[in-house]
Amino acid sequence: MDREIIDRIIDKHQCEASSLIQILLEIQSENHWLPKEALERVSAKLQVPLSQIQHITTFYKSFSLVPRGRHEVHVCMGTACHVRGAQRVLDAVQDQTGIKAGETDVDLKFSLETVNCLGCCALGPVMVVNGEYHGNIAPAQIEATLKNYE
Amino acid sequence: MSRINSSAELEKLRQDILSTRDPNKPCITLCSGSACQATHCKKVAAALELEMEKTGLMDAVHFRKTGCHGFCEQGPIIVIYPEGVCYLRVKPEDIPEIVSRTLIEKKVVERLIYVDPTTKEKVTLEEEIPFYKNQQRLILGQNTKIDPKSIEDYLAVGGYQALAKVLLEMKPEQVIAEVKAASLRGRGGGGFPAGIKWEAARNAPGEPKYVIVNCDEGDPGAYMDRSLMEGNPFCVLEGLLIGAYAIGAHEGYIYVRQEYPLAVENVTVAIRTAEEYGLLGKNILGSGFDFTIKVHMGAGAFVCGEETALIKSLEGKVGEPKARPPYPAVKGLWDKPTNINNVETWANIPLIINKGAAAFTSIGTEGSKGTKIFSLVGKVNNTGLVEVPMGVTLRDIVYKIGGGIPGGKSFKAVQTGGPAGGCMPESLLDMAVDFDQLTRAGSMMGSGGMIVLDDETCMVDFARYFLGFLADESCGKCVPCREGVKQMLKILTDITIGKGSRGDIELLEELAEVAGSAALCALGKGAPNPVLSTIRHFRDEYEAHINEGKCPSYSCRELISYYIDPDKCQACMSCGKKCPAEAIEGGKNLIHVVVQDKCTKCGSCLEACPARFGAVRKISGEPVPAPLPEEARTVVRKSKPL
Amino acid sequence: MSNVILQIDGREVTAREGITILEAAGSQGISIPTLCHHEKLEPYGGCRICSVEVDARGRTSVVAACLFPVEQDLVVRTRTKKLDRIRKSLLEMMLAHAPDSEQLQALAVEYGADKDRFEKEASFCIHCGLCVRYCAEVTQKNALGFIDRGARKEICFIPEIASRECWECKECFPLCPTSALQAAFVLIKALTFPGPARESGVES
Repeated sequence: MDREIIDRIIDKHQCEASSLIQILLEIQSENHWLPKEALERVSAKLQVPLSQIQHITTFYKSFSLVPRGRHEVHVCMGTACHVRGAQRVLDAVQDQTGIKAGETDVDLKFSLETVNCLGCCALGPVMVVNGEYHGNIAPAQIEATLKNYE
Repeated sequence: MSRINSSAELEKLRQDILSTRDPNKPCITLCSGSACQATHCKKVAAALELEMEKTGLMDAVHFRKTGCHGFCEQGPIIVIYPEGVCYLRVKPEDIPEIVSRTLIEKKVVERLIYVDPTTKEKVTLEEEIPFYKNQQRLILGQNTKIDPKSIEDYLAVGGYQALAKVLLEMKPEQVIAEVKAASLRGRGGGGFPAGIKWEAARNAPGEPKYVIVNCDEGDPGAYMDRSLMEGNPFCVLEGLLIGAYAIGAHEGYIYVRQEYPLAVENVTVAIRTAEEYGLLGKNILGSGFDFTIKVHMGAGAFVCGEETALIKSLEGKVGEPKARPPYPAVKGLWDKPTNINNVETWANIPLIINKGAAAFTSIGTEGSKGTKIFSLVGKVNNTGLVEVPMGVTLRDIVYKIGGGIPGGKSFKAVQTGGPAGGCMPESLLDMAVDFDQLTRAGSMMGSGGMIVLDDETCMVDFARYFLGFLADESCGKCVPCREGVKQMLKILTDITIGKGSRGDIELLEELAEVAGSAALCALGKGAPNPVLSTIRHFRDEYEAHINEGKCPSYSCRELISYYIDPDKCQACMSCGKKCPAEAIEGGKNLIHVVVQDKCTKCGSCLEACPARFGAVRKISGEPVPAPLPEEARTVVRKSKPL
Repeated sequence: MSNVILQIDGREVTAREGITILEAAGSQGISIPTLCHHEKLEPYGGCRICSVEVDARGRTSVVAACLFPVEQDLVVRTRTKKLDRIRKSLLEMMLAHAPDSEQLQALAVEYGADKDRFEKEASFCIHCGLCVRYCAEVTQKNALGFIDRGARKEICFIPEIASRECWECKECFPLCPTSALQAAFVLIKALTFPGPARESGVES
């Protein structure tokens, strides 16, 4: 990842250590994952030990330390969705993409994550692909829905 | 936009805005909250804009995209004013008809209005729909009138009157006294009296002081805060500003979970707009009071909803909770006095200042004043956000407002309080919902998630679900939670797969005591509640799983088998075609049989079997009857062949 | 700093405001078991073995003695049936990870804990955090830290820093109650340290 981009993001937050998480979120958002070089740069500029950054990037589930796919698929496993059959939706997505939750496929096309409640509880089960919400989704619709993503 | 420098200028601006708004001018609103976005309201919006342009209505009719209306099951929702005609489940294809028939001809499109599922009565006006009629939407109701990105809309409904009164007519101590008199209890889960918290922060030594909005709404099934933050961010800002003044804080933080991008966007726009208008920043309304706000996003950790973990997260650290005392009011962010409240708590403040504590306390029960917004979800007809006065019964919420249980199933329980809460069975349906009653019943108010369960929900699996969630979200610092929740989860999982043993219930209760008493924070302390609550009210289900290998709700996969009744099967092949595991033997005129070794328990056959045959059923706790010998499988036709 | 008067196990104790129950008890020779506590480190409150019962502001609750500040009229009980049950369960959960730990075994005898109560766990580490905290607060090398959360949490060395610093240091090694630390070091050295293996190796 371009060091200039990383520096730009860090400087935008005035190099404040308290903005560490916000900075990492922005880098994650730009790059879809956090390469080690980025973490080392942040550690050096913010004067925060790498061991702490290591803990933060593994503690908070928004971060990925490995490359992610072009299309991020999130399946909500919140209570309301669970009660309406979210597990079967997840099974269908796993079948269709060939990967399990937390994984990225070999072609770096899809990354699959489960989420503990997206706040669309009235429309469970819910699947989000690249920020696009699919509410009231049934296992039978998964194949057609995912085919739309190249 | 010029800065507003006094109360008089604020009122002049408000009057200017109102004078340009003809209350009789038609206005068409489209709910654009996140739930409606999930049912593609953006496409409806695009279709509406196109149609209005085509028909030349862009000037004659105002189109407003609002925040969440609450009736999420029926989205996308369109309401047309001034009449208040309400259309539900609107599709883009419906738009031309809505525009021509309703906007132009002033007639109603019958097929889009509300029909009561039981009485079949049709209701045209939004306010008359039973879902809304039985609520008291003091806070959430404003969403329908406001475009969240428009400060003018907020001013038009009376916004910032409370702030002007506070900054220019009241002393901080008076504000605190008013909030104390209102007996406002925290709406995030703790239920602690807000006024007392504010007073503690005000009196604590140390500068600077901070105020924080907790929008890390993590309870799965709860999304009230999302809808408030997305739909009416100015109201939250106004409440926060009033609190900051009362406490003596000049810096505020809004912590929004990263999973709520629309809320982050809308509150960020609101802050920028408020700054432009001088309603944030230096010398607000000419009062001499300065206040700035920063927005911080969460990064995917439920535990950061806990106030001390949230504070750690704001400091750029991992969200591991801190021991209390000292409480954040005394030593919070950067060890300074900090007041942190939930979104809905802050949203109640302008109302309290505008209407007064006496009016506020006239609503609710002895120990719980005001209204509460619940997210009514799960196995209920009308899922959505519901705002009722404290003291309304569970029965009224589930049946009068929620419309009862869908699909002909029967009510089993209501779960409140999220992963730290408990279940209330049918026997408790007439309970008045308030903080203390819920706690007495073995549950808690929590943030407001209210999940309805029917007879197909296995309560053991439900408890297991919550523990699985908590095991995933535990910060891992303390032994009782990290190890205790893990052990409880193991036991519950074993029970649901038929590996439960005698003594499991007692072991669960023992582990419940360790976590409940000795854990570091409320996540660990509350973790036993779903288990204890389901053991208390549904012990028979636990015992059936353990002693008989039976799941009484026919839900736990390892304990159920699918069986085709040979007397009912009409050999239509519907099930065989749907079976993903090729586990159904049979053909034309031959009774179908489920091959148990191949069956993955997906349930497709049960769904596929035509209702008039109803030949597929689930068996649990007893052996599956042996299949008929092949010679005996010729079907006996009960009706004309297909 | 003024003094407060509190009660510990029925004894009246005068203590300086701002100290913890653990410190106040210690000054009176009242012993409370600990695992994750170390005089050179900030109190942690992770193991919860030091849990005590307190009556304060009309309520009884269980709190960690190493963190809870003394208050006027606080009533503390360091040994009750409930606390014994709690400590026994905590020990049993930790013994599932490290049945051979001498510290755990000594406490197990005291509280009647059964090391076979729970199924054996793969990792020795009981997350007392002494190693991580020592390296952050005392030597300030930050050569190791935690990763992940919940039951998946682990201690993890930063290879570049560890290969540079740990050989000459190893001050944290005696702190580990279970030898999980030493095992982690051996592993990280084998997997990632640059350069040829050194003769001095790592003692257990």
